[in-house]
Formats: sequence, C-alpha cells, structure tokens
Amino acid sequence: MSSIAAHESDALRMPDAQADHKPHGFLDRWLFTTNHKDIGTLYLVFSLLMFLVGGTMALVIRAELFMPGLQLVEPDFFNQMTTMHALIMVFGAVMPAWVGFANWMIPMMIGAPDMALPRMNNWSFWILPFAFAMLLSTLFMDSGGPAAGWTLYPPLSLQTGPSFAFVVFAVHMMGISSIMGSINVIATIMNMRAPGMTLLRMPLFVWTWLITAYLLMAVMPVLAGAVTMLLTDHFFGTSFFNAAGGGDPVMFQHIFWFFGHPEVYIMILPAFGVISEILPTFSRKPLFGYAAMVYATASIAFLSFIVWAHHMFTVGMPLEGELFFMYATMLIAVPTGVKVFNWVSTMWKGAMTFETPMLFALGFVVLFTIGGLSGLMLSIAAADLQYHDTYFVVAHFHYVLVPGSVFALMAGTYYWLPKWTGRMYSERWGKTHFWLSAIFVNVLFFPQHFLGLAGMPRRIPDYSPQFADFNQWSSIGGFLFGATQLIFVGVIVHCVWFSRKPARARVWESARGLEWTVPSPAPYHTFAEPPDIDESMVVHADEVSH
Amino acid sequence: MNRANTVIITLAVLAAVAAAFWLLLAAPALTGNEINMPVGVTAQSAIHYELHMVILKICVVIGVLVFGAMFTSIVLHRKSRGHRPAEFSHNTSAEIVWTIIPVLILISMAIPATTALVKMEDASGADLTIKVTGFQWKWKYEYLDEEVAFISALSADSNAARQLRSGIDPATVDNYLLDVDHPLVLPVGKKVRFLITADDVIHAWWVPDFGWKRDAIPGFVNEAWTLIEQPGTYRGQCAELCGKDHGFMPIVVEALPEPEFQAWLAAQKTRSQAEAQTVASEWTTDRLLERGRAVYATHCATCHQEDGGGLAPAFPALAGSPVSTGPLQENIRVVLEGREGTAMQAFGDLLSATDIAAALTYTRNAFGNDTGDVVQPRTIAETTQH
Ligand code: HEC
Ligand code: HEM
Ligand SMILES: [Cu+2]
Ligand SMILES: [Cu+2]
Repeated sequence: MSSIAAHESDALRMPDAQADHKPHGFLDRWLFTTNHKDIGTLYLVFSLLMFLVGGTMALVIRAELFMPGLQLVEPDFFNQMTTMHALIMVFGAVMPAWVGFANWMIPMMIGAPDMALPRMNNWSFWILPFAFAMLLSTLFMDSGGPAAGWTLYPPLSLQTGPSFAFVVFAVHMMGISSIMGSINVIATIMNMRAPGMTLLRMPLFVWTWLITAYLLMAVMPVLAGAVTMLLTDHFFGTSFFNAAGGGDPVMFQHIFWFFGHPEVYIMILPAFGVISEILPTFSRKPLFGYAAMVYATASIAFLSFIVWAHHMFTVGMPLEGELFFMYATMLIAVPTGVKVFNWVSTMWKGAMTFETPMLFALGFVVLFTIGGLSGLMLSIAAADLQYHDTYFVVAHFHYVLVPGSVFALMAGTYYWLPKWTGRMYSERWGKTHFWLSAIFVNVLFFPQHFLGLAGMPRRIPDYSPQFADFNQWSSIGGFLFGATQLIFVGVIVHCVWFSRKPARARVWESARGLEWTVPSPAPYHTFAEPPDIDESMVVHADEVSH
Repeated sequence: MNRANTVIITLAVLAAVAAAFWLLLAAPALTGNEINMPVGVTAQSAIHYELHMVILKICVVIGVLVFGAMFTSIVLHRKSRGHRPAEFSHNTSAEIVWTIIPVLILISMAIPATTALVKMEDASGADLTIKVTGFQWKWKYEYLDEEVAFISALSADSNAARQLRSGIDPATVDNYLLDVDHPLVLPVGKKVRFLITADDVIHAWWVPDFGWKRDAIPGFVNEAWTLIEQPGTYRGQCAELCGKDHGFMPIVVEALPEPEFQAWLAAQKTRSQAEAQTVASEWTTDRLLERGRAVYATHCATCHQEDGGGLAPAFPALAGSPVSTGPLQENIRVVLEGREGTAMQAFGDLLSATDIAAALTYTRNAFGNDTGDVVQPRTIAETTQH
C-alpha cells in the first residue's frame, strides 16, 4: 500500500478510447492483431490456460501416487500423463508466458513503439494453439499420446504408434514459433531502442531476454533435427538411433541435451531479469552490481552449452568425458552464486516493503537457491550415480521451475498487472495466494528429496510401501498447491473486470524505468515518438551513483 | 506497529527454521521412512555416501549464510521501521570475495569427486563376470564362463497385487514390487564385474546399496563392478523409463559367503544340464501345455494378457490371431526372432528351446485357437541351430 505513489501528475488518467485506434471487431482485434500488447495478452492467457491443463495432468499423477497399488490409471496412461505434463508445462506454459512478458514489456522498457516484426509476431503466437491442439489430440488417438517421457529417448519413443508423427510435428511448430519469437526480440532490442537507451542502460529484464533469445535461436533447430531423425527412424526406415541398423541410441541423448540444458536456462534467465526489476523497486535501492549481473547472465548462457552430458553420467561415457562435464557443471555455480549474492546485497540496507510482487520475488530467491544447491549436489558425478533418475532429481528441477520460473512469472504478473489493466489487484488475495503457494509448494516438493535419496526411481506409477508416507504428503501438497492457483485466476479476473481501484502511472513508489512513464493502463500505442531518456528513468543506477 | 511487525516477522522466521529442522530430524522417526541415501555395503557406496554428505553440508552452510543475511535484512531494513535506503550499488572487493570463495570451495569438492570417479571406472581384476541384459520388463543374468543363465522377473505375488484395482493390499505382500522370482546370487568379498546391456529399449540397473546405477543400452555393453562386504539380500529397481511396466522390473541380489555361493552355482549347473537333456526327449502334449501355461504367464501375459485378448492397440490378441492359428513355421519365426522395432522381442535369446516349444504349444491350443499343433523342444532346438 505504502509504496503506491500518492501524487503523480499523470495519475488516474483513464485512457481515451478514441485515441487508441483499437480495431473494433473481435476477430480483427485478436486474430489479426499486430499490436505487441494484444499479442502479449494472447500469449499470457494461453500460457495460463496451459498451466492449468498441465497442472491437471500433474494432479492425475499425484493422485495415482497417493498410495501404493494402482487405483486410478493404467501404467501406460500414467506415462502419457508424465510426458504430456512436462511437454505442456515447458513448451506451453513457461516459455509462452515469457514471450508474453517480452511482448508487453520490452518495447515499453526500451522506448520502442512496437516489436520490430509485428506480422511475424502475430504468426508466432497463432501457431501455438494449433501446435498444442495437435499435441493434445494424440491422447484421443488409438495409439495414445507419447509415453516415453518428455526427453523422448529412443528406442522407447519409437515404440509409440502412428500418433508419434503428430507429436513430432507439434514440436516442430512450437520450435518455429519460438524461433520467430526470438528473432523478433533480437531485432527489436538491437534496432528499436530509443536514443540514449544504450545497451548497458537497458533494464535487466531486457538483457536476460536478449540472451535467452540467442539461446533459443541456437538450440531450437537442434531439437527440431533430433525429432526429425526420430520421425524418419520411425516411419521411413532410417537407423540414426537404432543400434541394430548401425545407429546410436546414445547419440540422441547428446543431441537432446545439447538442446535440453540451454532449454532450462531459457526458462530461468527471464526470471532472473524480472526478479532484478522487482527487488530494487521494493527495496528502494538500485540493483547491486548491474554490470556483474549482465556478465553473469552471459557466462551462464555460455556455460549452458558445454554441460549437457551431466544428464548422462550413467550412460557409460569415458572417464575424461565425465570429468569434463562434472567440472563444467560445477563452474555454473559461480555466476549463479554472484546473482544470488547481488540480490541479497540489493535488499541490504534498503527500505523494504512487502507487496505481493516482492513476496513472490523473495520466495523466488530462497526457493530457487534451494533448487540451485541441489543442482550443485547433482553435479558431483560419483554421487549422481545414486541421485540420477530418482525423485531427488524430480525435487531439484521442480524447485527451480515452480518456485523458480513460475514464481517469477507470478511476481512479474502482480508487478505489471496494474500497468496492463489500469487497475489495482486485490493485495489481500494476492498475499493469500503467495503464502498458500509458498507453503504448499514445499509440502509438495520437499519430501521428494527424501524419497529420491531413499531410493525411489522417478517415472513410476506405483511404489513399495516404504515410500508411502512422503508420497502422501507430496500428493496432499500437490492438491492444495493446485487449488491455490485458482486464487491467482480469481485475482486476475477481478483485477481485469471488477476492480474499482485505478492504478497510477508509476504504480510503485520507487519503480524506475520507462514503462512507468506512460499512463496506466498503457495506451494501445506507446512511444510513437521516442522518449527522452534521462538518468532518473533508468532502472539501475550504476552510472548515476558513481 | 513497527516494533510489532519486526517481532512478528522474527518469530515467523524462527518458526519456519524450527519447523524445517523438526521436519528433518523428526520426520524419519515419525513415519518410519528412510530420508537419506543408504551407506550401503560396498566401498563405492560408502564413498558416494561420504561425497553426498560433504556436499550436502556445504550446501546447508551456504544456505544458512545467504538466507541469514537475507532475513536479517528483511527484519532490519524495512520501510515500516523507518529504515532509510542506502544508495550503494556496488562494492568491488565484496564481489571479488564472493567469486573467489565459491571457486575455492568447488576446487576442494572436485578433488574427492574425481578420485571417486576414477575408482568407479576401474573394473580390472574381477573374480567373476556377470552379463546383465535388460528386457521389457525383466532382467537376464548370465554367469560368463559358468554356463549358468536365467531370467529374473517380478514375483507372482507382487504381480497380482499391482494390477489396476487388484483388490490386494500391497502392505500384505512381502517386499511389494521389490521381489523377483529368481534373484541374482553373488559371492561376498569377491570383485564382481558386470557387463550391462539391453535387448529392446534402454533400462538402468540399480541397487542403491551398491552405490551406483548403470544404463543398459541396446547395442552397447557398459562395464561396472562391485565388491559386496556383507551377506544379505539387496533390492533395487530399473532406473530408466522403459515402457509401461518400468515400475515393475525390480532387481534382487542375494549375497552369499563364498562356499555357499559355490554350492549354489554347482546346483544351477546340474539343473541346466538336466534341462538340456530334456530337449532331446519326446514331450507329451499335457506336459507341454502345463509348462506352456506357466511360461505364458511369466513371459507373454504382460503384453498379450492372461486371456490372450491382448491390449489394444499396442499389443495384439493371440486369441484368433492369424499367426497363432496360421502356419506353424511363421509362428515359430515370430516368437524366436521377434518383430523388429516393436515390443515383441526375440525370445530365441531369452528362453530355452523347451520353454519356447511349450509356449507355442500352449498359445496354439489355448484361447480357442484349437489348432491341435504340438511343438516339440527338439524342433525349436533344430531351428535355432540353423
Ligand atoms: C513386451 C511385450 C510383449 C511380450 C512380453 C510378448 N509379446 Fe508377442 N507381441 C508383442 C507385440 C507389440 C506384437 C505385435 C508386433 C507387431 O506390431 O508386429 C506381438 C506379436 C506377437 C505375435 C504375432 C501376433 C500377430 O497377430 O501378429 C505372436 C504370435 C506373439 N507376439 C507371441 C508371443 C509369445 C508366445 C510371447 C511369450 C513368449 C510374447 N509374444 C511375448 C509384444 C509382446
Ligand atoms: C503444479 C505443480 C506441479 C506438480 C504437482 C508437478 C508434478 C509432477 C510430477 C508428479 C511429475 C512426475 C515425476 C515422475 O514420475 O518422474 C512431474 C514431472 C515433470 N514436471 Fe512437473 N509438476 C508441477 C509443475 C511443473 C512445472 C511448472 C514444470 C515446468 C515448467 C514441470 C516440469 C516437469 C518435468 C520436465 C517433468 C519430467 C517429466 C518426465 O519425467 O519426462 N512441472 N511433475
Ligand atoms: Cu542440464
Ligand atoms: Cu525401466
């Protein structure tokens, strides 16, 4: 409350609908739109929908795992659920949500009127509903959905029936969408910054997205190549991965993880960016070590290309290979540590307040760090011979993905929602959403560390009674966490359609950055004229406070 | 208001920390469930446990320092306490320190991690070599140079209880999902080398008490080793998703003192020689049918189902199947060679001639197939020799 600026010259100015030039018909507005804000909204709504679909699948899994014995689903369907849950969450929920944020915020943060390639922008979004409709339709086909895990390892994935072709094609479409999205981000940032918005003055969110876009461009074609080889192995008699035909099943894993490891940074780097925006605002203090943050992001991105085989410590690599991938992976802890230390230093001696975005950001710092530390444990190759493919790994990656990426998405949503809608959300319900999420996410995932260490493999539909108790805790946490997310939906619906509390232009007292210089809600077209950049608008203050 | 806030926050943080510790310390006692990695029964497993504990402690210390600083700041540096924000935005010496110290910690960790890996890779000087082959969804163990080999699959009790809505309470089944029909038997105090591979898809062989897992990959032979220090029964599971029954292909190792192990091995050899002799003899239809029913239940029913009805669409019915009711030669070929690129494996590598003959006789006469064909073990043995 206290940080909502009380006196702003442009405050409370509701937008003039005439001046907006919004297209009138529903289809014209949403189907043919080339406006970065509308496309951003489409991405965000789509990803929220996918989050709920993927979450429902996760709950099917957790329900089956509630107690020993098979009560609800056949093992094959269980495997379809794990596979689909992951594909939907990764490609349908988290990645499109970040593209939604990029669309909404990057032009406004760098003082550009729109994305550089607006028509392509429309296309990269509208591919997605088709891709996911196709992916989901495989669940209703005779041969069922993919059931070999989201990693699609052959030869198992090649045992999928004819529906496999649809899976491959859906992945191709998602890849095309991501590549077009990243071309757009790069073109926008490189060409459309307002005069004076030098690279090293850009908000950190813009920086992390720029680096993410390069990662996407580098690895999505690799994934496309890998699944195409699966396709031809399956349907056209090639033997890329078939040992009997002279192929190599391990090669697939190398190719997949060359994509897959950068992929996890694709999901987390924009989160680093958002957190680096929010912490300074609510600490009322500039971001600590802006330049170090940029360099740390870049080195994480670089290292992410040379650590892929840490997912393969058990495949039987030569000793030298295992050592190389172990050392390289351990090294990532250094720039990641720099980030965490800088966030804590940003808070240090600030004047903190704890509105919902700040709560989610603080939750992120703590819980992401826990996930990062278990990642450091996994990098010790000899110990990983025990950890690998157990629930310890499931706990690790959910800590970095759920209270990591997803909490950052929620923090960002609460942070900018007033800017997007022109109204304040309900702070009380936002805080309720945070506290329940933070508690239940730990009930859900923390016991999984114990399960994995005690020897429970991942991707199994049933387990020995010695694992019963913690699975039960985890399932209860899962259901409560899932239910809590309905509060999130409620808060958004309330804010968009029912809230009567208008938002000011500079929604948060000490928020810096160009997006806070335009009215709330942000008019349909912003920065048709490039803004004058003066130091006070720049988020970080390295240059100001020398 | 300010003071009250601070007190509330401090109490909340303390409560959270206390709850976390309580969870860690009390949870295992409370639930009777294990929460940590086993120390195991080999030198490797003890080393890997040590590494795990060291890195875990390092992580806990880092966590306490980082979160401690963060919560101190949250308590002290609040606007509601009237704290005025400082303006600094960097501090070069601090930044250097917190880059260098992690590097030093990592180097000190890398050294024991490296030696552990080097040890793991040295399978030389083994006393005994076992070839382990993963199949969907069972393991085959071959004692190389000893002419002993057998298949190890989920025990019948667990298998009955694990069916969807079986009505059997898993708690009433001994070692539910962690029990097999034929355990792998190994000697204590001998270095055992494993050659690990797979026939169809990738599996992974893992006994937590030995301290490692290794992928079983078709077309590759991976090497690993163990030296078990205490007699006992050690249980593990397949650790790489390998299809619908991935959760149901456990591993059981019985470690025996050397003399008992030798006795067991000798008994196995006698049995397999006796078995080999029966191939030549003429079998009655009834004996073949009886044995065939058993072979079918263990080796075919997971896919083709107990009643021969199959599991559409992936697994075809054998009841009325054109192959099971058609020309015998084609049926023999399918079962011996499998169907490339499908889950139908080449049983020629997996079962004895007698078992295959029995299964064929059974499937060509059960489920209303009624071909009247009787397949003699001799016929199969001759076919495989060509
Ligand atoms: C791991 C699963 C699995 C197991 C175990 C299995 N099969 Fe099959 N079987 C299949 C599949 C899948 C097919 C269909 C292959 C194809 O698509 O051509 C098949 C096909 C067959 C066919 C041809 C049926 C037809 O109509 O084309 C026969 C005969 C057969 N199996 C016999 C057996 C026998 C006998 C056993 C036990 C010794 C057995 N199978 C064990 C999966 C299995
Ligand atoms: C809503 C909270 C969530 C719950 C309750 C949940 C639950 C689960 C469960 C039970 C599994 C199966 C583990 C196994 O059998 O090995 C799983 C797997 C997985 N989840 Fe989640 N999850 C959640 C959110 C997410 C999110 C947001 C992401 C990604 C951004 C994600 C990514 C994955 C991945 C990659 C896998 C691995 C699938 C595989 O083994 O192929 N999950 N999740
Ligand atoms: Cu990785
Ligand atoms: Cu398996």
